[in-house]
Amino acid sequence: MRIAVCVKQIPDPATPYELSPDTHRVVRPNDQVLDDTDRFGVEVGLQLADASEGSVTLVSMSPSGSLQGIRQALAMGADKAVIVDDASLAGSDALTTSRILAATIEREGFDLVIAGTESTDGYTGVVPQQIAEILDVPSLTFARKVEAADGVVRIEQQTAGGYDVVEAPLPALLSVTSGVVEPRYPTFKGIMQAKKKPIDTLTAEDLGFSSDQVGEAGAGQTITSVSSIPAREAGEIVEDDGEGYLRIVALLEQAKVI
Amino acid sequence: MTTWVFSEEIEGHASASALELLSKARTIGEATVFHIGSGSEVAIAELGAHGAARVFHMPTDAHLPSAAAAAALATLVGEHGVDLILFGMNNTDRDVGGRLSARLGRPVLGNAVDVSTGPPVSVTSEILGGTEAVVSDFTGDTPAIVFVRSKAFAAEPTEGGSPEVVAVAMPDVGRSGAAVVVETHVEASEGPDLEAAAVVVAGGRGVGGEEKWSEIEDLAAQLDAAIGATRAVVDAGWVPARLQVGQTGKTVKPGVYIAAGVSGAMQHLVGMKDSGTIIAVNKDVEAPIFAVADLGIVGDLHSVLPKLTAALEDK
Repeated sequence: MRIAVCVKQIPDPATPYELSPDTHRVVRPNDQVLDDTDRFGVEVGLQLADASEGSVTLVSMSPSGSLQGIRQALAMGADKAVIVDDASLAGSDALTTSRILAATIEREGFDLVIAGTESTDGYTGVVPQQIAEILDVPSLTFARKVEAADGVVRIEQQTAGGYDVVEAPLPALLSVTSGVVEPRYPTFKGIMQAKKKPIDTLTAEDLGFSSDQVGEAGAGQTITSVSSIPAREAGEIVEDDGEGYLRIVALLEQAKVI
Repeated sequence: MTTWVFSEEIEGHASASALELLSKARTIGEATVFHIGSGSEVAIAELGAHGAARVFHMPTDAHLPSAAAAAALATLVGEHGVDLILFGMNNTDRDVGGRLSARLGRPVLGNAVDVSTGPPVSVTSEILGGTEAVVSDFTGDTPAIVFVRSKAFAAEPTEGGSPEVVAVAMPDVGRSGAAVVVETHVEASEGPDLEAAAVVVAGGRGVGGEEKWSEIEDLAAQLDAAIGATRAVVDAGWVPARLQVGQTGKTVKPGVYIAAGVSGAMQHLVGMKDSGTIIAVNKDVEAPIFAVADLGIVGDLHSVLPKLTAALEDK
């Protein structure tokens, strides 16, 4: 099975994010990390590839930088990566991102596409569905369990009231939640091998897009202002001396809930 | 300005997000709904009561409806000239709206907390964990497709009568529509509704394990509170996903929110930061949850919670 896993390099979430005053976009350092939610998609891909003698290709649209985040995913065991990196892509909206990723996936060939449900930094949360529509495949989304056999993929899909079991013939797209599997940690051997794995870099033009179709020029939206939302007023922080619960009781009485 | 609202039938009712979005849409102009599901009388009446003048209803069968719903909606939008389509941020809303966007070649804006009709249509979104408000204008062709966070608008019934209901057939979309729902599982829910409760008791990874989750349940029972959880707790499988509060879960605004063993990741704060009074119990004094807490107790929740529960029992 040929499996494409969509991954994203993001600024380390442990560091404060900065918005550029000119473009209103998140400032992206040279060293970006693999979005933690993507580790789950990579793991699902690796498990399905192991069971089917298949391959896992990482697909990403981002400034490459040091490629640290991509190498993290290669070190887990993915076979190769294809990065679309091109200055004209800066400021692309979700739909352009999906068009670029879908074109890349189509170029590589696929039976199954796997993505997280949303990125940690941007979280529009509809890129997987847009990719599925462009590729004309079923979208099995919000998966909390995944199985594939005999050309059929079957998932447990989170719903408002519980879950549904949903299945579709390949080719198909999956979006996976962070509860779906326990992602493996890269081994030393994996980290060493990752340094030698192929990373192809494409431009938007390689995929047939002109510069006015992508990036800021191709986005159907423009940011007009950004403002800080006032933080809540700081409250009282007390060390528990064994009677801290009494402070809570007093506040609950004040709030008239007891 | 022609505004449409997406609605999915859930257990016989119109989705909560649809009623919130209709309450906004009817202030813009005549509001039309695209509704998928069995089309129960109750659901249609709820949509009418919240201001829907017309409901296009697409019945669903065992197929996963997202691709067919997007195709049907795309056709209707072409026929009726729609300026703005409002979706909630539920899973089905994202499935249908995302596909619709790609099908029509129109951009989306998500995480909206406010929408103004301009022209151009302009959307206020909260980003970076709700610390920054971004205002964006749509610049391309209509319709503008917007995903709105829950509780951005209050659902308020109006004196609307029965809407006109127009049946829409489920189109054949070929292989995109090939997914089939083979089983449906409803997980039992007890206690008050998380999104409507006056008090929420939420637990995070700091609770320490599934076997200790009863400390959260016992306190919630004493306060007649709904139980909430962080994504880490849901992903660990201690509680079902419908209890998740935050970016990918529910947005709550109770009078009192008690967070126990919750570190306060951005993705969680976004779902609860507008609560009335926030009380946090965490052993890590550096936990970001303390930055939004009205009262923070730095200590062991396994000591504080049982004492609190016992004290409330005595009242």
